[in-house]
Amino acid sequence: MVKKWFATNNMTITFILLGGIIFLFIIVPLLKMIVASDPKILLDTALDSEVINSIGLTLYAALIATVIGFLLGVPLAYLLARFDFPGKNLVEGLIDVPIVVPHIAAGIALLFVFGRSSLAGKAFNLIGIDFFDSIAGIVIAMLFVSIPFMIDSAKEGFKKVDVRLEKVSRTLGASPWQAFFKISIPLAWRSIVAGGVMMWARGISEFAAVIILAYHPMVASTLIYERFETYGLDYARPAAVLLILVCLISFIVLRLLLYRGQKT
Amino acid sequence: MIQVKNLYVDLGDFQLQDINLTVDEGEYFIVLGPTGAGKTVLLESIAGLYPVKSGQIWLRGKEVTSLEPEKRNISIVYQDHVLFPHLSAAENILFGLKIHRRPKQELVKVLDWLSDLLGIAHIMDRSPDTLSGGERQKVALARALSTKPEVLLLDEPLSALDPETREGVQKELRQLHNQLKVTTIHVTHDFEEAIALGDHIAVLGEGCIKQVGTPEQIFHQPNSEFVAHFAMARNIFTGEVVERDDGSTVFRTEDTELEVVTDLRGKLHASVRPEDILISPEPLRSTARNSFCGTITHIADRGSTLYLTVNLPPDFICLVTRRSCEEMRLTKGQKVYITFKASAVHIF
Repeated sequence: MVKKWFATNNMTITFILLGGIIFLFIIVPLLKMIVASDPKILLDTALDSEVINSIGLTLYAALIATVIGFLLGVPLAYLLARFDFPGKNLVEGLIDVPIVVPHIAAGIALLFVFGRSSLAGKAFNLIGIDFFDSIAGIVIAMLFVSIPFMIDSAKEGFKKVDVRLEKVSRTLGASPWQAFFKISIPLAWRSIVAGGVMMWARGISEFAAVIILAYHPMVASTLIYERFETYGLDYARPAAVLLILVCLISFIVLRLLLYRGQKT
Repeated sequence: MIQVKNLYVDLGDFQLQDINLTVDEGEYFIVLGPTGAGKTVLLESIAGLYPVKSGQIWLRGKEVTSLEPEKRNISIVYQDHVLFPHLSAAENILFGLKIHRRPKQELVKVLDWLSDLLGIAHIMDRSPDTLSGGERQKVALARALSTKPEVLLLDEPLSALDPETREGVQKELRQLHNQLKVTTIHVTHDFEEAIALGDHIAVLGEGCIKQVGTPEQIFHQPNSEFVAHFAMARNIFTGEVVERDDGSTVFRTEDTELEVVTDLRGKLHASVRPEDILISPEPLRSTARNSFCGTITHIADRGSTLYLTVNLPPDFICLVTRRSCEEMRLTKGQKVYITFKASAVHIF
């Protein structure tokens, strides 16, 4: 449906002005930082192996967290979309808690559970996984703060799949697994991927929970923070710009892939 | 053959209880009931898609009550067709065979057979959301038939279609059944549909089966108020559509001839809605082609409206408002004329 993109009346004009303010508030700091950067310094930063490694690590750890979130979050999302059980509201509320708690507190809670002296920490140590100052620590910090995006988005996706589609497939001979993989997953796929993209993005941007568990190896946010603390704004900014650019380009590409072919 | 024995299904707000049905091999069986009577749930229970509290379902001499739906070989067509939106028409139809990993030649054969049978070869590559209601229905039917089911369940298959399409599809359903002889259970709230299609009819209401019988038994000998309510307020006749020498088309029953407008011929049913019949003390001069003299034998009070039974014979039920009844001083035993247009007679 094509809507007239501009309609002149008092309300629309007021809303355009108000909306414009908040839009500028979002876009100006980002643009100004990118535009004000000296391309030469930016290039130097981009070639700085410390920066490259930390950005690479950030993207990688967030991706691992997203994959784990996909494997563990999608089944839960399906259960929540399909079944009613006592205490379901409570479960749904708790799943969203990581979004609302201060992430520094989340990091401390995670350290408490997965630290070297904890039971879970010791158990994982037996199979060679240590969460303190390690990529594994970064991954679980990212996983914790970003998993609600995956679960919520996948859940909404599954809810939109008519349960009778699964029922019809069962009468045609599909097992519950086949019905899930051939009907539910393909039809909810867009929502699941959108949740995955959000989750990945949230993971990349996590700082507080990550540094509690793993200051080293440094994710991009930690590196930028350290440079800011040690050397000041001018030194921190190019790395920040680079991180923003990498994120922006990734998300634009992902969005294009996600919404490609949707306009029919 | 499929048998439902003492089935009890909990729907939350109410229950289906003591459901007993026997549908013979190759039969076209109708479950007739008002909206919200639990007809869809009954079908889903038979297919294994809805949990049964107690009772049994037997399929060809084997109990299947707790068997998974994928092992029953019972297909279902929902009212709104529920096609897989991410698959083309052909992929929808072949879904079951692909799940069963049937060889490619068989897939091609079955697809050809079904698209010929239902006349849908030209829409095979289309996506469900580009199909019309009638086309979607045929694809859903083809999908249900593709696995050669022992029982075909149809959930209000005609009610999502517009009236013109409906008549054609109804005829096609009958022909399809005559051709394939798949044991079919069709649920509907439409009495005429039930009469036109069913070998046997079960009337479902208030959570249980009220009556089972042939269409004639259901509308001539209703065993309860509930069943009578379905048959009443409708004038349904069995007879034959023939052409008279003067070129007009009439529906001939044992007792009378009604002028009708239809392209159908042969042994059929006719119905006239009670609200389409005019009542007058004298013959009316009008364009309406049907006018008969009869006697009022019964008056049923329904508050602001009254149902008059006028015997010609046969009996015609006519709807009048209380005011016109009082103004015209209509009473039992009085002679009146009933008048209705040829186009008010529905042939099915």
